[in-house]
Amino acid sequence: MREVLVVFRREFAAYFATPVAAVFLIVFLALAAGMTFLVSGFFDRGQADLSGFFFWHPWLFLVLMPAIAMRLWAEERRSGTIEILMTLPVQPWQIVLGKWLAAWAFAALALVLTMPLWITVNVLGSPDNGVILSSYIGSWLMAGAFLALAAAISALTKSQVLAFIGATAVSFLFVMAGFDLVISVVRQWAPGFIVDAVRSMSFFAHFQHITDGVLELPSIVFFVSLIVFCLWLNVRAIEVKKAA
Amino acid sequence: MALVVARDLVKRFGSLTAVDKVSFSVDRGEVVGFLGPNGAGKSTAMRIISGFMEPTSGQAWIDGHDSHTDPIAARRRLGYLPEGAPAYADMTVGAFLEFIAAMHGMSKAKANARLAELVERVDLAEVWNQRIESLSKGFKRRVAIAQALVHDPDALILDEPTDGLDPIQKYEMRDLIRSIASRKAIIISTHILEEVEAVCTRAIIIAKGRLLADATPAELLARAPSNGTLALALATADPQGAIDILSKHPGVGQVDVVQRVNGVTRIAVRTSKSRPSPAEITSLLGRSNIAVTEFYMERATLDDVFRQITGHGAEN
Repeated sequence: MREVLVVFRREFAAYFATPVAAVFLIVFLALAAGMTFLVSGFFDRGQADLSGFFFWHPWLFLVLMPAIAMRLWAEERRSGTIEILMTLPVQPWQIVLGKWLAAWAFAALALVLTMPLWITVNVLGSPDNGVILSSYIGSWLMAGAFLALAAAISALTKSQVLAFIGATAVSFLFVMAGFDLVISVVRQWAPGFIVDAVRSMSFFAHFQHITDGVLELPSIVFFVSLIVFCLWLNVRAIEVKKAA
Repeated sequence: MALVVARDLVKRFGSLTAVDKVSFSVDRGEVVGFLGPNGAGKSTAMRIISGFMEPTSGQAWIDGHDSHTDPIAARRRLGYLPEGAPAYADMTVGAFLEFIAAMHGMSKAKANARLAELVERVDLAEVWNQRIESLSKGFKRRVAIAQALVHDPDALILDEPTDGLDPIQKYEMRDLIRSIASRKAIIISTHILEEVEAVCTRAIIIAKGRLLADATPAELLARAPSNGTLALALATADPQGAIDILSKHPGVGQVDVVQRVNGVTRIAVRTSKSRPSPAEITSLLGRSNIAVTEFYMERATLDDVFRQITGHGAEN
């Protein structure tokens, strides 16, 4: 675990080595606030809850999480530092895990910075704080899944732009998996159980379950297993590239 | 078993064979120069030995540990400077080297002691708190070298350690390599032949992925084309007489006039192994009252050997 922590510390610090982190956080907060207040009509609804805030998270993360994760591996490949990293006496999974944890911690920071919203609803009314807490946890888990997916795709290329576009495209499918747009296409050729399987992959539906009320176990299991699977894919991507 | 061993390394990229059955070994105390034209397969071979790249077939060992089946143990004993001397541009020199030390499992105290020593040795103290992206090429290269030396490894693989350095920096880099050479097995790749003569105890020549020679610089020089060139300066404005006299000698080939300035003529005399001795030449020319003011034999260089071995002919 020591090695994981060493990688984590370097990667997390790397976010703040340039103004990119500050810009990212400002963009995230501005978009989250803008969507909540302007589009969802936070004040007009007259309800003390944050559903109008969390509703937008899958869509915000769709673009913002690939932006956090795109440099994780692509930048190492472009600059050649991957040769140094991968010839240090540590296991590839330790590096994969450390990098992902750093990105996940950065996402946590972005979420923590939205906490004034939580305070605001408590000042204005008496929201169900249990729902809000579980929504935050669910949002963070979903962010982790987006990041693991984007990190694995980042490992395949030395272009951050390609990593970003690829990750956004794949994430889009995951977000949309529960929508008729995707389901109707699948239904045309696939048997019922595949349609159900695709539907069950929907980030949107799983996140909805969590924000609707309690932290539902199947949805937590879904996000956690997707994270584990993507991290495994990330390790595989590195090994395959090594033999290529 | 030697510290670094490569056996029958093969690497194919599609239809291109970048490394073709390369075998060699490097012992403690040796500095082996990896020589070859650009694209010869030097970097690919080094990447395989370091464990960064998997070979199509063949094996490599660092101190008896296979770089691919036992990579962690192999890497603990290896310092590797990749091509282009990469480093994390947005880190400071200090933070970068501390990161490398931590990845090698060194404790904070041990790392500090080692880095303090290394900083003196590689001369990085003045840039310790600077970001790597702000450094000059020479400093960047030294940071990358320091990175390979942090854990004081037994084996070192340095891919073009002096590339892009100015002459003084090159000299310092060679000095550094020489100073640590006795305790380590070192492989450096280069296409600068003088570097091989300056620091290497052995040279391996690779072209088109194949190992063409593995010998000491002296042995390689002995393979140089035997026709040496004599350079003479004559105290005369008309060298024709001298040229006629020299051309009659059986050991002399072509004679060319190189330069005529202020009544001094410089000529280049191609000779074979039965070339006339210096004394013979001065006495031959002395008889016709032609004074020789300068005389030297152009030494065969590794360049000649290199061109000959890699098949670029001895046409020049």
